[in-house]
Amino acid sequence: MGISKASKMAFFNPLSKDNPVIVQILGICSALAVTAKLEPALVMSISVVAVLALSNVIISLMRKTIPNSIRIIVQLVVVAALVVVVDQILKAYTYDVSKQLSVFIGLIITNCILMGRLEAFALNNGPWLSFLDGLGNGLGYGIILTIVAFFRELLGSGTLLGYQVVPQSWYDAGYMNNGMMILPPMALITVACIIWVHRSRNKDLQEK
Amino acid sequence: MENLNLFIRSIFIDNMIFAYFLGMCSFLAVSKNVKTSFGLGIAVLFVLIVSLPVTWTINEYVLKPGALSWLGPEYVTTDLSFLGLIMFIAVIAALVQIIEMVVEKYAPSLYNSLGIFLPLIAVNCAILGAVLFMQQRDFPDAWSATVYGAGSGIGWLLAITCIAAIRERLSYSNVPAPLKGIGITFIITGLMGIAFMSFLGIKL
Repeated sequence: MGISKASKMAFFNPLSKDNPVIVQILGICSALAVTAKLEPALVMSISVVAVLALSNVIISLMRKTIPNSIRIIVQLVVVAALVVVVDQILKAYTYDVSKQLSVFIGLIITNCILMGRLEAFALNNGPWLSFLDGLGNGLGYGIILTIVAFFRELLGSGTLLGYQVVPQSWYDAGYMNNGMMILPPMALITVACIIWVHRSRNKDLQEK
Repeated sequence: MENLNLFIRSIFIDNMIFAYFLGMCSFLAVSKNVKTSFGLGIAVLFVLIVSLPVTWTINEYVLKPGALSWLGPEYVTTDLSFLGLIMFIAVIAALVQIIEMVVEKYAPSLYNSLGIFLPLIAVNCAILGAVLFMQQRDFPDAWSATVYGAGSGIGWLLAITCIAAIRERLSYSNVPAPLKGIGITFIITGLMGIAFMSFLGIKL
């Protein structure tokens, strides 16, 4: 089966040019809050990819039967049901990470990426395209989360995924962890730097 | 006294925007103009004050492990807490619908200026976030849940109004082109978050 142009666009556009976090500015809430360490950020990304792809497919299959006036409620219920499943799985298999993520798994329900993609894409497209779109947007979100968490954990704690990366000899020579990077405000500034780099490379995204 | 402490803490230290980044999406989209931001802030505050006591009651008497014991001794071991997310989002969506109808009837100008954002409060993370924090912190009574809601709402209102005021002035300044608009807003929010961190350690 050849891959059509439309499905390529649905998958690859959200990775950079149409990235949900730094271009469409959706789903910022959770993107920033879970990025102090790399591990919760990765778990969060995987959860969002799963929920987004599945809910896109479900809504896309039901798109001809949902009455227009109650579509938001239907979408919320579908998403909430999927999030409950993810939440229970995380609690069962990775209890520590699920404790660290605390309320933010529940907040996937109100993640604007979900509502945005369901409204803008799944309601007008078939299930296969919607699945690719969900996957692409979820990964686009995951990439940003991973980059932010990578820098925050590396500079803030000198570790990656909990392993010591900065060698002890540096600390002996006077190197210090930048405790500021762990604090919430630095997440915003890190994202701002990513936006800066991204927009200087893609001039057409700059605001007038 | 404890409630006053909770109130102050939830405005300044556990600020929804600067400490937990809740409600950032509408925050970034709306904060271009002080008047609209203030309107949205009031709407969020109002929804928070109404929804927290309601969800607290539901959590206390329906969802918590053993919460159904008032029905009879055979329900003492029932644990419905896995239904929390669906229950809360349904209650919030219903409340927002009611508030939307009230605002449309009694304050049409506010209704017009809020536009699409009023129905979207249902999916504003600040509301569901506050409800989930309430569930996590296990407040002893509905009153302290309400105080927490009011504090978080005022904190959100304060944050969005301040940022909107700065952004209005910012349109006259010479920002590097790639940072224009959203990038510089992130940086300002970050700087403001650092400023708010100086409230850490306030205890009444």
